[in-house]
Amino acid sequence: MKDTKTSAAGPSLSRRSFIVGTTAAAGGLALGVRVPFGSGSAQAQGSTGAEVGAWVVVKPDDTCVIRIARSEMGQGTLTGLAQLVAEELECDWSKVSTESITPGQNLARKRVWGEMSTGGSRGIRTSQDYVRRGGAAARIMLLQAAAEEWKVPVAEVGVAGGVITHAGSGRKTTYGKVAEAASRLTPPDPKSIALKDPKDWKIAGKPMKRLDTADKLDGSKVYAIDLKLPGMLHAAIKASPVFGGKLTSYDEAKIAGRPGVRGVVKVNDSTVAVVADTWWRAKSALEALPIVWNEGPDAAQSSATIAGHLEAGLAAKDAYAFRKDGDAIGAIQGAAKKIEAVYSTPFLAHATMEPMNCTVKLSADRAECWVPTQNSEASLAALSEQSGIPLAKCEVYRHDLGGGFGRRGGNQDYVRQAVNIAKHFPDVPVKMVWSREEDMGHDFYRPISQCKLAAGLDDKGALVGLHVRISGQSINAFVNPAMVANGEDARQLQGYTDKPGDAQLGYTVPNLLIEYAMRNTHVPVGPWRGVNTNQNAVYMECFLEEVARAAGADSLAFRRALMSKHPKHLAVLDAAAAKGDWGKPLPAGVHRGIAQFMGYGSYSAAVAEVSVSGEGKVKVHRMVLALDCGHAVNPDQIAAQVEGSVAYGLSAAFYGECTVQNGRMAELNFDRYQLLRLAEMPKVETVIVPTHDFWGGVGEPTISVVTPAVLNAVLAATGKPVRSLPLKNVKLV
Amino acid sequence: MAKLNINGQVRDVQVEADTPLLWVIREQVGLTGTKYGCGVAQCGACSVHLNGQVVRSCILPVGSVKATDKIVTIEGLSANRSHPVQKAWAALDVPQCGYCQSGQIMAAAALLARKPRPTDRDIDDAMTNICRCGTYQRIRAAVHQAAGKQA
Repeated sequence: MKDTKTSAAGPSLSRRSFIVGTTAAAGGLALGVRVPFGSGSAQAQGSTGAEVGAWVVVKPDDTCVIRIARSEMGQGTLTGLAQLVAEELECDWSKVSTESITPGQNLARKRVWGEMSTGGSRGIRTSQDYVRRGGAAARIMLLQAAAEEWKVPVAEVGVAGGVITHAGSGRKTTYGKVAEAASRLTPPDPKSIALKDPKDWKIAGKPMKRLDTADKLDGSKVYAIDLKLPGMLHAAIKASPVFGGKLTSYDEAKIAGRPGVRGVVKVNDSTVAVVADTWWRAKSALEALPIVWNEGPDAAQSSATIAGHLEAGLAAKDAYAFRKDGDAIGAIQGAAKKIEAVYSTPFLAHATMEPMNCTVKLSADRAECWVPTQNSEASLAALSEQSGIPLAKCEVYRHDLGGGFGRRGGNQDYVRQAVNIAKHFPDVPVKMVWSREEDMGHDFYRPISQCKLAAGLDDKGALVGLHVRISGQSINAFVNPAMVANGEDARQLQGYTDKPGDAQLGYTVPNLLIEYAMRNTHVPVGPWRGVNTNQNAVYMECFLEEVARAAGADSLAFRRALMSKHPKHLAVLDAAAAKGDWGKPLPAGVHRGIAQFMGYGSYSAAVAEVSVSGEGKVKVHRMVLALDCGHAVNPDQIAAQVEGSVAYGLSAAFYGECTVQNGRMAELNFDRYQLLRLAEMPKVETVIVPTHDFWGGVGEPTISVVTPAVLNAVLAATGKPVRSLPLKNVKLV
Repeated sequence: MAKLNINGQVRDVQVEADTPLLWVIREQVGLTGTKYGCGVAQCGACSVHLNGQVVRSCILPVGSVKATDKIVTIEGLSANRSHPVQKAWAALDVPQCGYCQSGQIMAAAALLARKPRPTDRDIDDAMTNICRCGTYQRIRAAVHQAAGKQA
């Protein structure tokens, strides 16, 4: 088995250099570059009215259209960003609407709207400063325009809810009336703008309703998979079931004459597509198409061979020592009591509800693409590179995503495929849609890993040493092997760093050794909601639970004793424990578990109430989750993300695994890859404990604590630790 | 050739008889609110009403649907999102990505038509559609709220 991975599906150097190049150009907010919008945008084109700075368009009827650069995939970022802009703009929230900008527009205007990539729970935290300044700049320009019209000093002019007043003269106007004049003013230097103290927020920080709900209720929202364009053709696609396998041949004659079929396309050296007048006809014909694959040597791989490969990493002499505080091995050897365990977590698929899809139309000198993407700029780069058409003549129309969870970010595999298909049908839009089976069989899976842990307790039950050795696959090695050629991949140790700010371990252990043995496989891997905090929180928090029990200590008290130097972690743990009634009586048969972890700049903790039936069936009754994300932009949407993270986390805990048989994935649809359903959803209570002194993420942080809190409650119920996921494979009684 | 009564309109469609109703609704009729999620009747994103019963249209061959059968899709559930389920969904901000919500709403509407005051257990049994964003808690609350507001 290979220890490093190169993949044709990975991003190429030219895409990376585009991203790096554009990032370098992203420096401050360039207000006042009033270049007319390009002709490509279906969404932005609809706005009439005056652009007051790059972020705000004000219409004559006082509607404020706020521009959104990041992707909306359910996580609520669109509404949160609009709240931040509107707060500084001082407009009437009931007159706010939004429009998405396109990557082509962003590029044409020297990235005036900054980064468009939406992942890593960064949508708000890495853009909040410049979008607030964008809103404030627009307010300043609008007030200046009114002051100039009235010939009064701007300092005498006030605004509330988009209504501008001059107290001295009693004059009054609205944003819509002065927008045209404001749009001609020179914008203020963003650095000169004083932003509001969040304590004074009236729109941000409040549980505003989402702005994007209505068309999700009547079927009128057009996801990319729903797109209809004149003359459009439809493509169904099949890639080699074995990762790394190649297409040998296919027998097109066998599907000749099938209704609606327009052609069979070799998409790349491992993929074939059928194009037809409808998708169902394309898919039916594809299923009837005889295909011969050269599956290659990796057809011999299985979950068992991969497990063996990882197991060897647990004992390997060489590993990357990520943290080495004191002498953990010596301390454990000399300890009064030793505890050891080996944990493992499987590959997981994202299973977004909307399968991968992309529509591409190629003309001689124009490339267009309609796509659900977490990174519109990466889609644009992939479109240009794959089509050979210069970036300036390419455009991407991002549709809101039917789920993202990390699947539709950097890897633009489906965009590249769709371009290759569209090349065969010039001037015709071709919509490629993956079947669920294709989606499940060709994901970038959550990486598989195993973890061996050892701890030592002194005679008073205090933790004196902890040794953590993770062996498993590296996402960075899949994306760019050169980046981690020496095996030193800190990303796989997410949540264990001693550095404050992003994903810091909340415990102080006198002797601590954390190691990583990179063991890559032929399976493509990528970020999956919460990424490596998921596995690493299970390893740390479930093992610490075992250690606490060995020490005869209460789970909460044992953790608290290690957390005095981590007050924010501790405060969140305490908040979860308090709201979760830690230590209070429970109904017979119900047990509690607790866990805490940090990721994406935010602190999370959970308490789970769980029962295990006589047949070993686990039921989660209630979960309390506490989150400190610094500033809380929309408490109700934060609660929605926390609730969602519980469902996503429990799906993985109970059922989630993608197993490898004969080099390919065995679970290809929801009959075998079960997901949590409503009946299994526990009551979720969200406690937001914002400290208002930093900007943390929201979409991902809390998922990490869901599984360990549940598994720790199962341990409390059964006395037996669960060390291997998912639960469906574990015999509890 | 098949005749279908969808949202009160009779439509003639030219399509192979084994085509699932889902794809006829989406591709021939052009109503895209009904979604493809799995194709094997697991997720319920394709839920529509057939003579008042909720069915998973992704496995229902169009040839088995009679011209007299009444099909209702999410587009035909109400005018202006006025069904109590849609109102409750809006009031509680149920949707996240929204992709599964057409199916969830159709399942909830069928449940309330059958059981105007469902218990939690009724909701557990009837609401088996998959939501990957995890909106289940709000779906349950919204079904109860819609039940409370039904005439």
